[in-house]
Amino acid sequence: MARLNSPEALENFRQEILSKRDPEKPCISICAGAGCIASGADEVIAAFSAEIEKEGLQAKVDTKGTGCPGFCERGPVVVIYPEEICYLQVTPEDVPEIISQTIKEKKVVDRLLYEDPVTGERAIHESDITFYKNQQRTVLCNNIKIDSKNIDDYLAIDGYSALAKALSKMTAVDVLEEVKKSNLRGRGGAGFPAGRKWEGSRNAPEPIKYVIVNADEGDPGAFMDRALLEGNPHSILEGLIIGGYAIGSNEGYIYVRQEYPLAVKNINLAIKQAEAYGLLGKNILGSGYDFNVFVHQGAGAFVCGESTALMTALEGRVGEPRPKYVRSNVKGLWERPSVLNNVETWANVPLIINNGADWFTEIGTEGSKGTKIFSLVGKITNTGLVEVPMGITLRDIIYKIGGGIPDGKKFKAVQTGGPSGGCIPEEQLDLEVGFDELTKAGSMMGSGGMIVMDEDTCMVDVARYFINFLTDESCGKCVPCREGLRQMHRILTNITEGKGEEGDIELLEVLSETAVEASLCALGKSAPNPFLSTLRYFRDEYEAHIKEKRCPALSCKELIAFYIDPGKCLACGICYKKCPAKAIDGGKKKIHIIDQEKCTNCGTCFEVCPPRFGAVAKISGEPVPPPIPEEKRIIIRKSKEK
Amino acid sequence: MDIDRIDQIIDKHQVAASSLIQILLDIQSENHWLPKEALERVGERLEVPSSRIQHIATFYKAFSLVPKGRHEIHICVGTACHVRGATRILDTVEEAIGIKSGETDLDLKFSLETVNCLGCCALGPVLEVDGKVHGKMSPVRTADVLKNYGTK
Amino acid sequence: MSDIFLEIDGKEVKATEGMTVLAAAQSAGISIPTLCHHEKLEPFGGCRLCIVEAEARGWTKLVVSCVYPVEEKLIVRTRSEKIDRIRKTILELLLAHAPDSPALHDLAQVYGADKNRFEKEASFCIHCGLCVRYCAEVKKKHAVGFVDRGIRKEISFIPEIASKECNDCKECFPLCPTSYLQAAFVLTEALVFPSSSD
Repeated sequence: MARLNSPEALENFRQEILSKRDPEKPCISICAGAGCIASGADEVIAAFSAEIEKEGLQAKVDTKGTGCPGFCERGPVVVIYPEEICYLQVTPEDVPEIISQTIKEKKVVDRLLYEDPVTGERAIHESDITFYKNQQRTVLCNNIKIDSKNIDDYLAIDGYSALAKALSKMTAVDVLEEVKKSNLRGRGGAGFPAGRKWEGSRNAPEPIKYVIVNADEGDPGAFMDRALLEGNPHSILEGLIIGGYAIGSNEGYIYVRQEYPLAVKNINLAIKQAEAYGLLGKNILGSGYDFNVFVHQGAGAFVCGESTALMTALEGRVGEPRPKYVRSNVKGLWERPSVLNNVETWANVPLIINNGADWFTEIGTEGSKGTKIFSLVGKITNTGLVEVPMGITLRDIIYKIGGGIPDGKKFKAVQTGGPSGGCIPEEQLDLEVGFDELTKAGSMMGSGGMIVMDEDTCMVDVARYFINFLTDESCGKCVPCREGLRQMHRILTNITEGKGEEGDIELLEVLSETAVEASLCALGKSAPNPFLSTLRYFRDEYEAHIKEKRCPALSCKELIAFYIDPGKCLACGICYKKCPAKAIDGGKKKIHIIDQEKCTNCGTCFEVCPPRFGAVAKISGEPVPPPIPEEKRIIIRKSKEK
Repeated sequence: MDIDRIDQIIDKHQVAASSLIQILLDIQSENHWLPKEALERVGERLEVPSSRIQHIATFYKAFSLVPKGRHEIHICVGTACHVRGATRILDTVEEAIGIKSGETDLDLKFSLETVNCLGCCALGPVLEVDGKVHGKMSPVRTADVLKNYGTK
Repeated sequence: MSDIFLEIDGKEVKATEGMTVLAAAQSAGISIPTLCHHEKLEPFGGCRLCIVEAEARGWTKLVVSCVYPVEEKLIVRTRSEKIDRIRKTILELLLAHAPDSPALHDLAQVYGADKNRFEKEASFCIHCGLCVRYCAEVKKKHAVGFVDRGIRKEISFIPEIASKECNDCKECFPLCPTSYLQAAFVLTEALVFPSSSD
């Protein structure tokens, strides 16, 4: 395969690829993202290959493992082109039926379609599914269409046309101006205007500059970058090369978390393929512009997602952040101007160059343009990746797209922004999603994690969880973060264990102020946010834990007890059998009693008691009723009367 | 691990201090832990003081300075998994294998670690054994998965 | 190097480009408390005690003076209610580790810090980093370094190097504000120094 030496050569090659493809030829796309692989997609892909070979259909049907389309709750996801029929939770056993019914007979297999939980209606096409209908998937839409390991698939959907346009029809300054005009704000957390960051580097006197992709994605609960990097690695490469061109950099770095081995594999492969085609390396597309990119893996440190710590890690050191008094776009990696942007930010760049800044500014709100990909997870019916225009309300995301809270539970809060963010309660659900709006509500956009919590979630425990996470991940260099979080964790743990005292909340507030004002980096400065936001909206929970030793959500292990209601127990014996601590005393026709001394609060009895009895209750803040006398425990069943 | 193999790994990268973490990741991936001789050899060839290597090997959680078990179990305790009950999965595994998170059993059969996010958040709670990810775990399903590796 | 004029606590101070606010203050005889600062070492910015208010172009923010570069017309205030409160909390957090440290004790007097505010911690190292940095930057021996991160971070001597270098040097010993360094050295020497028969 010869290198593509000009934009014309690229176009000709693209047409060649398209001419060899028949858009009417059936193609079975199976999501091969990490989520679906965990649900068994590899076996499904193998089953399709085997069945197609068995039926002798190799020449008539294509199959491909593709990028992640985001509906991870219902994986493995299979989409059949050209009709775009979408099947969910496909198993290898379903494959022969799909081949014989859908491929051969052009009939739909109803039971594999999405069924609306309210209307019962089946959705045939991906675009009919309520989860997808209300999204605007400008960035994610291509994932299901391409085999991420095949650069030709990316070229077939106009890939690298933005790069060709930038290099041949625009000057570096033109590109910079377009990105500035688009008002693209960083998708990694801080929401800093990308164009302004790029301009700072472009104008810095030092000639050697770097562009960096932050694919560390350390926020737990966030996996947008994983889906993009695994599923459409070339889109990020293209954005990065365009960015390098704009600021005058010839060297790029992609920092990927090592917990994403498939993303590391796919981006390395993409780089090799792009180099072979002359889209990376020397004299790209004959433009005279050279650009090389290197992949660097993370090694298990959340703090390395912070831009200065990431650069320190790229230099082969421990990820200790540096003070940002001189911005890293002027003095960053190796003390040189470095533009660091998030995966999703880079993925938006080719779209802006091809469609223009004006197209981008039509989407979103005044302060937040474009779309944002959120990972909607937690206590929500439809979990997965959702891409929506900025300005949509949280209520629409959670109810229209997410399908609301499962199991009939009540919504309590949605946590955004990862460990630096906060919890947003029901009364704020109509806020229009955007960088500034979320910050005003006491949270932040962050990288896009959106974790839904219901009535069973204890908000004090949520604060404790995040502070625990951050004490584990703190680099330990500065006192306010290392020592401050250590003490905050201790106090919050005590509160959840019933050892809270008067004055704890005030002390937590003092420690929060110290961390916010005096920490060295954004990890420490934003660490108190989960505590401060839960205190703002759920102060009553803190006070119940401290003053009454009661957990309103009936969640904190040390503050709850399990009790079998003698009025409801019918001695079915299930809890007795399942109790891992053998703490239940029971017998045939004898009301069961939990021995509170032996009980470990594991909650198994609560879960296995049949719903029609519902005899196990959780109690908090009050003493467990004493066991009923022995003679009252015998159950006398009334005989059925005709 | 013999010196030749270590040298081979070093030579696959730019032999400079900036490659330190990438080289150690390769050694960790192949050997499942970082023996002292490996750290000394890397320090020698990259001309980096051992205090820096020691800090890096202990700062980053991907590295282990002690041998790991044949089967590496990771339990995700990220927020989405936590909210869906990851703590109970951790309890189940600790119970089944008899070690706590961060430990390796005496037979060097299992190592158990918590991980802060594997990126499969929609499938929480998530368990990873030897690189294979299992989603939508419950205590019962966890016990079943572990049986494949020879637990009771 | 051009001259820069800034104001610290109402006093006009002349500094040169590239100087830190702390250095400028010290040159003018204005005292700002420090723990991890040492004139022979690169600024560390770990203890945060030297935090000050810096006002420029109408915006005020809290900055750490040992790393913040001087700016023309910068207005610096080294004491305020907020600064004092933060310094007090930092000292209390450190006193939980080393309640008997003379350096901490003296500063605690000035800021009214209560050494019993927080429960005592096992290790009396306060992570000022003076020992590690002195050995690396001045002596260039790297006999002692940091291990791990966050609340598990500790200093650790490299036995092979320390056994050869330290007994003839020990220049870092007087730098330690809590004497934890000396204790760590003695323990390392007793437990893991290679024996003379090796």
